Amino acid sequence: MKAAIVVFPGTNRERDMAIALRRVTGKAPVMLWHRDTELPDVDLVVLPGGFSYGDYLRCGAMAAHSPIMSEIRAYAQKGGHILGVCNGFQILTETGLLPGALLRNAGLRFLSQDCTLRVERNDTAFTHKWKKGDVFRTPMAHGDGNYTADTRTLEQLEGEGLVAFRYASATGQADETDTLTNPNGSMNSIAGILSQNTRICGMMPHPEDLVDPLMGGEDGLPLFTGLVEAIVR
Amino acid sequence: MKKTVDEALAQEFGLTSEEYARVIDIMGRTPSLTELGVFSVMWSEHCSYKSSRKWLRTLPTTAPWVIHGPGENAGVVDIGEGYAAIFKMESHNHPSFIEPYQGAATGVGGILRDVFTMGARPVANLNALRFGSPETPRTRQIIDGVVRGIGGYGNCVGVPTVGGEINFHPAYDGNPLVNAMTVGIARKDRIFLSAAAGIGNPVVYVGSRTGRDGIHGATMSSAEFDENALAKRPTVQVGDPFIEKLLIEACLELMATDAIVAIQDMGAAGLTSSSVEMAGKGGVGIDLNLDDVPQREPGMTAYEMMLSESQERMLMVLKPERTEVARKIFEKWELDFAIIGHLTDTGHIVVRHKGQVEADIPLDPLAEQAPIYDRPATRTAPPAPVADIHAPLSLEDMLLKLVASPDLASRSWVWNQYDSTVGGQTVRRPGAADAAIVKIEDTSLGLALTTDCTPRYCQADAKTGGAQAVAEAWRNITAVGARPLAVTDNLNFGNPEKPEIMGQFIAAIEGMGDACRELDFPVVSGNVSLYNETRQPDGSTMSILPTPAIGALGVLEDVNKAIGLAMQDNADIVLIGDTKGELGQSVWLREILGREEGAPPPVDLKTERRNGDFVRQEILAGHVLSCHDLADGGILVALAEMVMADGVGCTLESPASGIRPEAFWFGEDQARYIVCVKNAPDLCARAEKAGVPARVLGRSGGSDLILPSGVTISAARLRTAHDSFFPALMAS
Repeated sequence: MKAAIVVFPGTNRERDMAIALRRVTGKAPVMLWHRDTELPDVDLVVLPGGFSYGDYLRCGAMAAHSPIMSEIRAYAQKGGHILGVCNGFQILTETGLLPGALLRNAGLRFLSQDCTLRVERNDTAFTHKWKKGDVFRTPMAHGDGNYTADTRTLEQLEGEGLVAFRYASATGQADETDTLTNPNGSMNSIAGILSQNTRICGMMPHPEDLVDPLMGGEDGLPLFTGLVEAIVR
Repeated sequence: MKKTVDEALAQEFGLTSEEYARVIDIMGRTPSLTELGVFSVMWSEHCSYKSSRKWLRTLPTTAPWVIHGPGENAGVVDIGEGYAAIFKMESHNHPSFIEPYQGAATGVGGILRDVFTMGARPVANLNALRFGSPETPRTRQIIDGVVRGIGGYGNCVGVPTVGGEINFHPAYDGNPLVNAMTVGIARKDRIFLSAAAGIGNPVVYVGSRTGRDGIHGATMSSAEFDENALAKRPTVQVGDPFIEKLLIEACLELMATDAIVAIQDMGAAGLTSSSVEMAGKGGVGIDLNLDDVPQREPGMTAYEMMLSESQERMLMVLKPERTEVARKIFEKWELDFAIIGHLTDTGHIVVRHKGQVEADIPLDPLAEQAPIYDRPATRTAPPAPVADIHAPLSLEDMLLKLVASPDLASRSWVWNQYDSTVGGQTVRRPGAADAAIVKIEDTSLGLALTTDCTPRYCQADAKTGGAQAVAEAWRNITAVGARPLAVTDNLNFGNPEKPEIMGQFIAAIEGMGDACRELDFPVVSGNVSLYNETRQPDGSTMSILPTPAIGALGVLEDVNKAIGLAMQDNADIVLIGDTKGELGQSVWLREILGREEGAPPPVDLKTERRNGDFVRQEILAGHVLSCHDLADGGILVALAEMVMADGVGCTLESPASGIRPEAFWFGEDQARYIVCVKNAPDLCARAEKAGVPARVLGRSGGSDLILPSGVTISAARLRTAHDSFFPALMAS
């Protein structure tokens, strides 16, 4: 699998993502600059976390208009795989590649802690290493992760099974109103969603920061090993 | 607003009559407004260390692994595998009281620049915070702003905040302390210094534009607060972490080329101190043309530009033929890049603006004739030992009260607002071990990092307190298995013109120096913050507790050998070190009996070294499952913390005879550790051989802390008590 990571001014988790990808592919991913106007021939494009353009205006709003994004839109149309994590998820919603928006956390504070995610479907490149209903631990670190969408969009997401991950308790119970298990107040406890063709995944937590026992565990690793297995040339 | 330069104006700028007379003597004439501004900031306490320098010189600063000690932007130590760690701690106390969010945020920004200006990628932030009484309404407001500010800046620049400490005391009501520390990593053969060289070489300004913010911030930080302190808000700078992130990446990209001759950040006193120090250190002159300085607003005067403390700016001397390479890098990162002058052989700083010479100052006398004071000092008599002690509550109730008390309660509410994992190298997050542990990418090395100080000990006996701060930092590094290498100090004290404050300062430095020498733990960088006092409406002043905060760094050659503090299941629990039951100045005495009395626990540095070396050796040999050093709250609080970490309980044996139970369980004797081991008899035998006291305290298992009396306290109950303080305080 050949992967590329897009760096915007203010991106700050590109190194974490590169480490995770290198761990599963054995090679360093291509690093792209937001002003690049050509996408190399890759199997996966990753929009990593950070504070692109300082999160000024709205998180991800300015990055969504970077030169590279028109290439990424075209890549998406051709059915390319895209992973957006944290600020990357925000950029995907601002670009319109994924529906909904990420608002300020319900408690109005930045949250840096472990959370538990429940896997909602396991027939996608991003989730097939888990079983449906599996729960896994992952760090989260964001101020604006409160997933919000209008009723129709939510119904569509739920109806078409496009929710990839939900915030849940260690035993797999998801409760939108429980601030312990759904810390940022996301609607329907949504932590990550998929595009209709399931080839684009956006999520707020950081599986890339939990891929090494030395750093506290490998709970996030299945996402990356799964991508390598699923995306075979 | 043309001001006349005279003695009255000089005084307004913080210069004494004597100092002003010296300025006239150096200049041979009345200085211009800009020149007076330059002298006043360079000779401010903040920039010149005029009250402290004499004593700072007594601290040990060298060791075979020290590459650069004090005098550079930050300290540099060799950590092996061709890498160097670059680190420093710096205060932003005064701004954080006036405007907590921006004060704390720009404190983080400033210390980051001190580190990456030397060529290091910042890999960790820590902070040491002291707040006023939790009962004071403004304390809550200050905590909220400071924590948001530290998080807002650190999270955005993408440097993990991995550790730190928080204390509360009414002495900080009008003067909180915000001490921020940054640690960076560089190849040890790629370190950048600030001494300018090469006559004719261009002087280049990069980063944010200059505005009218923070003018005379350094002078503000060199005076005590009066009732009008909050009116000084315009002297506080405003931070932009997004620009800082771009600046880090652009500088590191430029540093990978060979374009830079010298580089320094514009910190306190901005363009003035960076240009004066770079030229001064290089023994050259410097010509600046302020017309070329990128400006945020029109109509700024030379005085304003030289004194502005606008953030996120750097000054560099470049090789002339590499200027365009550098310009392209900064254009890529969308940052201002301007050649604003060049180096000369005149030995003067000459500042031009709109065709006029606004300042022309000889650099040598500006540095060499800077005032240095040997201020009168009186020593405080050692306190009487505590007497008349009784335990008014059961052991169980005292423990629950202590783990919920402000100085011992869980800091999760705070830490959860700091991104501690960005970078993907955080091996132990805040609270999981006595020191934070960060791996160095692509090596087997790990850094162990901590900040420590016990101000109430320093207040009672500054010399012992100074030694204890260093010893505790050394112990925290040791407790994770790392080899302690060096410290950075952030000396926060009151008004040095008061002999008793000066006495505290000198005594604390003596204690620190003793400990640093005995433990081979040199001081490689630091910062002094004086005048931490608030004038009360009745005219009296309140000083903070003397707070010589120590930031320390150690290294693990094999980061896989690092251990945490969580109780491990089915293990023997062994106490290392001797227990006499020292309750003077203990948290127990304050929280349970409401008394702040007595002498702090004595610090025996030889014992400290022997016990610590033994513990580290045992950890590296793989004999120790987890380890926690003993500090505030003593044995029982440490055990409770180990139980709460992962929910593994323990059953305790009866304490030694001859010591009152409360003194045994809550005494704060130094040089002690609790270790979880598989085989206590073997460990105790090796300890005996090494001359280190060791005794079994009990066994781990279950999920309850079971006292020798059989009383059972569940981990969940401890946690409820421990976790409630911060959320309850901040919600009230």
